[in-house]
Amino acid sequence: MHGGNASGSSSPADRRLSALVRHLEGSSRDGIDAGNHSIAAAPTSGSYGGRNSVFDHVVMGPEDPILGVTVAYNKDPSPVKMNLGVGAYRTEEGKPLVLNVVRRAEQMLVNDSSRVKEYLPIVGLADFNKLSAKLILGADSPAVQENRVTTVQCLSGTGSLRVGAEFLARHYHQHTILIPQPTWGNHPKVFGLAGLSVKTYRYYDPSTRGLDFEGLMEDLGSAPSGAIVLFHACAHNPTGVDPTAQQWEQIRQLARSKALLPFFDSAYQGFASGNLDTDAQSVRMFVKDGGECIVAQSFAKNMGLYGERVGALSIVCRNADVAGRVESQLKLVIRPMYSNPPIHGASIVATVLKDRNMFQEWTVELKAMADRIINMRTQLFDALRSRGTPGDWSHIIKQIGMFTFTGLNSKQVAFMTKEYHIYMTSDGRISMAGLSSRTVPHLADAIHAAVTRLA
Amino acid sequence: MASSPILSLASSTASSALPCRRRFLHNLKATSNQMTFLGNDHINSKSFFRTSMSVAVENSKFTDITMAPPDPILGVSEAFRADTNEMKLNLGVGAYRTEDLQPYVLNVVKKAETLMLEWAENKEYLPIEGLAAFNKATAELLFGTENPVILQQRVATVQGLSGTGSLRLAAALIERYFPSSKVLISSPTWGNHKNIFNDARVPWSEYRYYDPKTVGLDFDGMISDIKAAPEGSFVLLHGCAHNPTGIDPTPEQWEIIADVIQEKNHIPFFDVAYQGFASGSLDKDASSVRMFAARGLELLIAQSYSKNLGLYAERIGAINVVCSSSDVAHRVKSQLKRLARPMYSNPPIHGARIVANIVGNSDLFSEWKEEMASMAGRIKSVRKKLYDSLCAKDNSGKDWSFILKQIGMFSFTGLNKAQSDNMTNKWHVYMTKDGRISLAGLSSANCEYLADAIIDSYHNVS
Repeated sequence: MHGGNASGSSSPADRRLSALVRHLEGSSRDGIDAGNHSIAAAPTSGSYGGRNSVFDHVVMGPEDPILGVTVAYNKDPSPVKMNLGVGAYRTEEGKPLVLNVVRRAEQMLVNDSSRVKEYLPIVGLADFNKLSAKLILGADSPAVQENRVTTVQCLSGTGSLRVGAEFLARHYHQHTILIPQPTWGNHPKVFGLAGLSVKTYRYYDPSTRGLDFEGLMEDLGSAPSGAIVLFHACAHNPTGVDPTAQQWEQIRQLARSKALLPFFDSAYQGFASGNLDTDAQSVRMFVKDGGECIVAQSFAKNMGLYGERVGALSIVCRNADVAGRVESQLKLVIRPMYSNPPIHGASIVATVLKDRNMFQEWTVELKAMADRIINMRTQLFDALRSRGTPGDWSHIIKQIGMFTFTGLNSKQVAFMTKEYHIYMTSDGRISMAGLSSRTVPHLADAIHAAVTRLA
Repeated sequence: MASSPILSLASSTASSALPCRRRFLHNLKATSNQMTFLGNDHINSKSFFRTSMSVAVENSKFTDITMAPPDPILGVSEAFRADTNEMKLNLGVGAYRTEDLQPYVLNVVKKAETLMLEWAENKEYLPIEGLAAFNKATAELLFGTENPVILQQRVATVQGLSGTGSLRLAAALIERYFPSSKVLISSPTWGNHKNIFNDARVPWSEYRYYDPKTVGLDFDGMISDIKAAPEGSFVLLHGCAHNPTGIDPTPEQWEIIADVIQEKNHIPFFDVAYQGFASGSLDKDASSVRMFAARGLELLIAQSYSKNLGLYAERIGAINVVCSSSDVAHRVKSQLKRLARPMYSNPPIHGARIVANIVGNSDLFSEWKEEMASMAGRIKSVRKKLYDSLCAKDNSGKDWSFILKQIGMFSFTGLNKAQSDNMTNKWHVYMTKDGRISLAGLSSANCEYLADAIIDSYHNVS
């Protein structure tokens, strides 16, 4: 039996053996040799059975808090169960949706016999990059025309954030990034693993269920000069609370006066208000003043391309020379991560964005999705009012985007899951996209019960 | 007119600490770069002043960033495209070309995509670990459906972004759970291996592999270096068709390598990018991996479908960790997920579905095996033709048989950097500076020309 025969005093094998010993001493029932038949010696690997694993010290990781909601939902046999966890759009019938324009684009691509599957360049599909930049920055954006934007195709929003963060950790003098409190659960992990130091700024005010603007301005004002600041471009996740245009302007002035570097997460352009330009205003305001900023774009929601992992990272620089050098360094981040990005989803996006008719069709389908969500907000608000549910529920119609921060606490959430089979994240965030006219009453009943029976 | 921004630069830097003058000149340079690029129209326009003044004299935050060098492998294709000579050959990147030197999309892939279009499935997020049907298929392809590691559910499989992405996930796992361990990589190895481990902050060192004197394997050096490494090191092995040399250990040599690894409690870490593509047989090309698994060892294996299914741009592969028990495999998989989530959340569906649909359909699977055999066959026949041309044209008595002995897409010609440069500069043959040529990019029609180029570079350049 090998393992544990190291000559050195603290060899890796020793350490792993120690971990195993602690493990076995800790709980006899769970020890790996305690009658666990799955590691009995198999007939063909006679010498192996009962051997230590080099991975013994690897513990079971917890389920991802957001994606884990779907896992739990799937296990529930109840016929009235509702999944209000992940932010994936559902139709009125509760089905996932693939946009017509996406199906058409896909058909064109698959039926084009001249298409090949050769590696994309490290920075991705050139057409896609140009069109994505124009989409977020505006078709006539001077920054784009002046060639001072570098855009690289990445794996949806997450991949764009990670590549951007890795780049900043290597090349930017300030390693502090301020993220709003609260924010998407994956943000701190993305930035932390990339090597940035994560701090928070006040954002959500539970007493008003709105923006803590004073707190935000104070915290950005006392940030170290040059710090990176994460902004949700629109439809803040999880709260649905966005600054007004006037507030954005004040934020911009403050940020520029402190030389803060804005890093936008744009995951809902067109999906929030139904209008692509409106939802890009915050980003464009910053670009217009000639300063630098970074934008991570996702096409998961607004084109329904979730699983295709399509996104883009744009870095708006002071001039084209800097943009060229920045791009060359982005390539050095990407190559050892996954070499070059996947072609399918980006080709679909490029096909839609470059064709006038398909683009038009897309905006119509996008508005329909956004409108259905706004409709669900109205319906839920009305349902709670008609039940006389205690509290002010106007935040449901004031908040914007896919999610509502209900204000329910984790005990109330757990109650709703147990008694009403409603699945959501424990912070009280619900995905309006998962609601339908048919299921609103059940949700309203659950909220009513939770609020009246539990504090 | 052009001087206004510069004047405001001067006044703003007056209050800064030393080195004030250097900062002023630096700012001046940055601004003047901007002004010359924009051209007269922009300088004359009002908006130029408005935007440049409104952010005062803020420099670029990225002004000190240097231009990174082009990728040594991918940069070869760029240089090839720029060359206008009609005899030019691109033997750089390892992407398969037909005899007509065209990229090749496998028929089974086209069929699978057409079916997928008909089925019109949704595009929902995959789980973090990827498409379940793909993960099952990929592990079974690697080990065989009846392999004990599969039956005992001891393999943690997570879909990754082709070979690179799968290697990166494994590297991240090593960094987190084996922080004092290093990875031993062959000398030479695929250029991106070092980058992956560097970025993942995993230390590495090299074991001898290529012997320039024999243009073959330095087996004694390899064994010696693996033995000398600290116990519990990870040993990166190419499952078949070593990149860049094309030189693989013999089955007997593999057994000795496994003995040494076991002796030192090292952890084998396979990079399998060419299963089926090297010999033409999926099972044969997996024999090294299967032999290690049969010994009951725990191992890591990164897989890629870029070459064997021609799915380069779809980025489809997997990281597999063979563990001592299904419980351990379950835990390891959960931790691989925790590493993938902050990198890209979940992997792309398209390539995964293509693979799962082909492997899951017996007709398509058979057809795939035929197409793969014919790709491998074309490469073998081109090797033979090149070898014959070299023997016919070279009178020096040099032994060119290494071309036939090497396997896979690549051949290490034994040419040094100066000789490789001669290949490019004089003969317009594009290859990597380490003397590697991609036979996948060679047609039988070009073999004689290539033979001339190699003979000239070998004998007339030092």
